[in-house]
Amino acid sequence: MAAEATKNALLDKAAVLAGLPEHPAVKAILAWNADALTDAKFDRGEMTLTIAPDQIRAAAATVQAAGYNFFEDLTAVDWYPSSPRFQLSYHILSHTYKERLRLRVLLEEADPAVESITPLWPSADYYEREVFDLFGVRFEGHPNLRRIMMPDDWEGHPLRKDYPVEGYR
Amino acid sequence: MTELSGTPILEAPVAQGSSDQHMVLNMGPQHPSTHGVLRLVLEIDGEIVVRLYPEIGYLHTGIEKTCEAKFYQQVVPLTDRIDYLSPMANNLCYCLAVEKLLQLEIPEKAQWIRVLLAELTRLNSHLVWLGTHAMDIGALTVFLYTFREREEILRIFEYVAGQRMMTSYFRIGGLSMEPPLDFFNRVQGFIRTFPEKIDEYSNLLTGNPIFVNRLKGVGYISAEDAIALGVTGPPLRASGVDFDLRRDMPYSGYEKFQFKVPVSTDGDTWARYVLRLEEMRESVKIIQQALDGMPEGPVKADAPKIVLPDREKMKTQMEALIHHFKIVTEGFAVPAGEVYQGIESPRGQMGYYVVSDGTAKPYRVHMRNPSFATLQALETMCKGRMLADVVAVIGSIDIVLGEIDR
Repeated sequence: MAAEATKNALLDKAAVLAGLPEHPAVKAILAWNADALTDAKFDRGEMTLTIAPDQIRAAAATVQAAGYNFFEDLTAVDWYPSSPRFQLSYHILSHTYKERLRLRVLLEEADPAVESITPLWPSADYYEREVFDLFGVRFEGHPNLRRIMMPDDWEGHPLRKDYPVEGYR
Repeated sequence: MTELSGTPILEAPVAQGSSDQHMVLNMGPQHPSTHGVLRLVLEIDGEIVVRLYPEIGYLHTGIEKTCEAKFYQQVVPLTDRIDYLSPMANNLCYCLAVEKLLQLEIPEKAQWIRVLLAELTRLNSHLVWLGTHAMDIGALTVFLYTFREREEILRIFEYVAGQRMMTSYFRIGGLSMEPPLDFFNRVQGFIRTFPEKIDEYSNLLTGNPIFVNRLKGVGYISAEDAIALGVTGPPLRASGVDFDLRRDMPYSGYEKFQFKVPVSTDGDTWARYVLRLEEMRESVKIIQQALDGMPEGPVKADAPKIVLPDREKMKTQMEALIHHFKIVTEGFAVPAGEVYQGIESPRGQMGYYVVSDGTAKPYRVHMRNPSFATLQALETMCKGRMLADVVAVIGSIDIVLGEIDR
């Protein structure tokens, strides 16, 4: 089964650039700033582009202009205790290409913060608040970065891996 | 950037242009027309809505966190409880995501039964929407009519899965068991008469002047705004964006079915009402095609290390017993990786993002639920309109708080 999973996979940046050079998102990102693309992966039919943390808003604007018009989802993964600890996954859908793109940002544990993409897609508002609430990642330039799920006076960020499933009693 | 904490928010944050003459009104969390525990902070100027600010999280139960402590197969019952009006859609989306991680092919018959039940779920959800939406407007009768048909759908669910609402019928690798013998006849009997029932609802509402006046021209949202605010499903298509995942990015064998995707360009509450009625008719056609072309074969994938063996085999074969014991006690390891699987749920685009680290428990499960994003568009739809219209608009975007708060 493992062999099958990797059958059509392109697992690093060089393989993706060689194998799918005409992919609209890859092309757009390379034309804009090739240095910002730190890694790429095409696995199980899904394209993942890893972007340098300080470039995420510009990268999102680039793929938005390249036809990925619908922001679908944003969430985080806590890779505690590895470093970099936090991974943000942006899922962006294209109504034209009928295809989904994942932008990935890796953040260090100390003061995790990225630029907000709410100015590009107002729909990112709740999603960024959710990640802020449950993971403690801050989004600079967000119009209203408050807790959304947990009570406003809650302490801690429940979806972090060092937060117990049963909570603190 | 400010990080506000400490005192609970009782009023919407002060925005530019708000004045002392505006009144702040709290609607919910206990309010019959908010369809759950939605709380809206409304700033009103007389009867006109100036600002609207949803406060959510009253139903947050940390399902995503709970998933991380369960085996892959134990997450399925949790997904039912996210959106209790369309449990099969959640089951389907999660199972498809894990099957994508496993690169597991499931038999055609299981796929077709999944499509059939997913469309029955759509009818179930739309019937609750129609009944409650009409009740919010004041047409109490329709509720009794739609629940009459919904009851039959729930009985079919009970017949096939043993449960009326929290079905958990779809499992990783197929279905939990073969459907009962005359299951298909029962579904056939239901959809034979169902189109007439839609006409009946339509007769009660479509020509009703009170209903028409309450809906027409209310809650308008343009296609650009709908895309910018993350609106999906019937509200998006009612604004003129012709996009349906079932047709455009097919999953679970939907590419084999012929159906129309209703689209309207009016973008108002009325358009959403008409469009959902059309969708119900299309769902009936899909169910009919699924019944007519139902393939033969097993309903579980041939993967003994992932799918539980049949009860009979377990009692007679040593190997099956061992597999059963291993799956139940240790789960099954899933290759490392991350997938995002999207489906068209009754409310819009649902997505499950599952990250595996190679163990038997999901490292992270995230749900993208349509209501959560659609709720952000509520202010755009209601701004500058009468307070009473808010009730009509909430009904028309068809939110379920269970899936917003998770």
